[in-house]
Amino acid sequence: MPPLLDALLEPFRYPFMVEAMLAGTAIAAVCAVLSCYLVLKGWSLMGDAISHAVLPGMVLAYFFGLPIALGAFLSGLFCAVSAGFIRANSRVKEDTVLGVVFTGLFALGLVLFTKLKVDLHIDKVLFGNILGLLPGDLRATLLTSAVVLAVIVALRRDLLLFCFDPAQARAIGLRTGWLYYLLLSLLAVTIVVSLKAVGIILVVAMLVTPGCVGFLLTQRFGRMLWIAVATAVGSSFVGVYSSFFLNASTAACIVLTQALVFVGAMAFAPKHGLLRRRRGAASAST
Amino acid sequence: MTESPPDSPPHSPAESPPLELSVEDITVSYPNGHVALRDTRFRLESGRICALVGVNGSGKSTLFRAIMGFVKPSRGRVQVGGRSMQSALKAGLIAYVPQAEEVDWTFPVSVWDVVLMGRYGYMNFLRMPRARDREVAEESLRRVGMLEYRDRQIGELSGGQKKRVFLARALAQRSRIILLDEPFTGVDVQTETAIIKLLRELCAAGHLILVSTHNLGAVPEFCDWVVLINRTVLAAGPTEQVFTQDNLVRAFGGVLRHFKFDESTVQKHDEKAVTLLTDDERPLVFGKGGHLEYSHREGKEDVLAERDEEEAEAAAAPEPRSR
Repeated sequence: MPPLLDALLEPFRYPFMVEAMLAGTAIAAVCAVLSCYLVLKGWSLMGDAISHAVLPGMVLAYFFGLPIALGAFLSGLFCAVSAGFIRANSRVKEDTVLGVVFTGLFALGLVLFTKLKVDLHIDKVLFGNILGLLPGDLRATLLTSAVVLAVIVALRRDLLLFCFDPAQARAIGLRTGWLYYLLLSLLAVTIVVSLKAVGIILVVAMLVTPGCVGFLLTQRFGRMLWIAVATAVGSSFVGVYSSFFLNASTAACIVLTQALVFVGAMAFAPKHGLLRRRRGAASAST
Repeated sequence: MTESPPDSPPHSPAESPPLELSVEDITVSYPNGHVALRDTRFRLESGRICALVGVNGSGKSTLFRAIMGFVKPSRGRVQVGGRSMQSALKAGLIAYVPQAEEVDWTFPVSVWDVVLMGRYGYMNFLRMPRARDREVAEESLRRVGMLEYRDRQIGELSGGQKKRVFLARALAQRSRIILLDEPFTGVDVQTETAIIKLLRELCAAGHLILVSTHNLGAVPEFCDWVVLINRTVLAAGPTEQVFTQDNLVRAFGGVLRHFKFDESTVQKHDEKAVTLLTDDERPLVFGKGGHLEYSHREGKEDVLAERDEEEAEAAAAPEPRSR
């Protein structure tokens, strides 16, 4: 085998790299599909909020010997629900309430973390550790991703209508309250699954950027989904692969790749891209 | 779905039994303590076009939201044909045409996608359209004259076209009751006329149509029933009984601009030859000879003098053609 090819294929020789790529692909796909709905619904901050708010739940679950994923899920959901409650009972706007609630919960998590002396690696929680998946992690990740994907795909039209026009959703007898909590729960589950890969801080990128790229490149929802998935899966692969050579944080490499794709989409988008606009302006002025 | 709505074409003559929408003493207050509607009560029957008229902030939107079940009244209830709103919605009895501002026009959906959303209630839980759904959607689009735009993204349409797409969605839903929120805002006169014609046809076919509007001029043109509201019902009934000057002044207070001909510059110099152009509440009035007219005579003495002079000249000059 030629030495260059040998070097390029080196990452695939390590089982942890292959596992990371598989897990990364699954997580990227789920996050990408969900991101399309979040971007359209204007829930980007919600993703950020839930991801930070999982921390106290994780610490408490660990302390009481419960499954960490369960604690994280409930804690994330608690953030969204309590923010909704405060919003309904005060004059404060939703994004403000969310900002207060999730930072509060995150801070609580940090305090609990030091006081309860739990044996969690805070840097891995914050920044992810996709190269160090434990046995069983990969299977759990793939399984959960498959379930979340199946639910979204089955209800994709209802969820889309809920995002686009809740009044119409209600007018045809859909239970919009139920859809609201379903979307929140899907978001919370997805975040909990993704934490292993990208951590609390960067998971919101997985939940926003792919959908945003899709939104820029097309005006059809079906295509937007596929573009988002392709962006996310491609970035995840490139991120994991390049981190091997760069010796940099895998999560950061994935997110950075996505951000670069976003910049490309911004510039080259067919209808509203920057270059297109400039050319349009130039041809208009001549 | 066990209670599927009647799926007869909406333009067929009214064979369907009469249907009643009753708003029973509802009070709606918001979490911040603001009472948007108090003891609001009225009843509407199918085969009517009813205008819901009131100033901005009079509770029109709140009433719509209460009818749709979006806000829960703290007192009272809304019923359709004797059943709860939730069950009426499930049965597909109510269609809704939103205000243009409520819609995210950058949303990546096409005209066709939007109209098919009106058929979701007829589809299975995966919302896969069947041949019948496509047929109805196509017919609805044709009826509003938008079939050729079916593949356009919704943001690439004019104001009138946008409105017609959502009207087509309501048609595709085949509901007996149609709620329209400010259907004439941002719409050209041609579309307005087309919408009015369509609503009249639907009404003749036994639909119940409730239109919220602040466009007073359009109301007597096509509504046979009016509910005037300002935080509560001020008057409700047939248009000719309710749409009176007293009631309107009560509903609109100082908001409405009056153009009283006996006080205006028009009456002074030509009694009948008047062209009236109206842009919502503000009429623009031209008198004989295309002169711009003013609603009050005070301060316009020079205008009146000028007109008097012209009149005198016209009277003095010989008029060979009329002889």
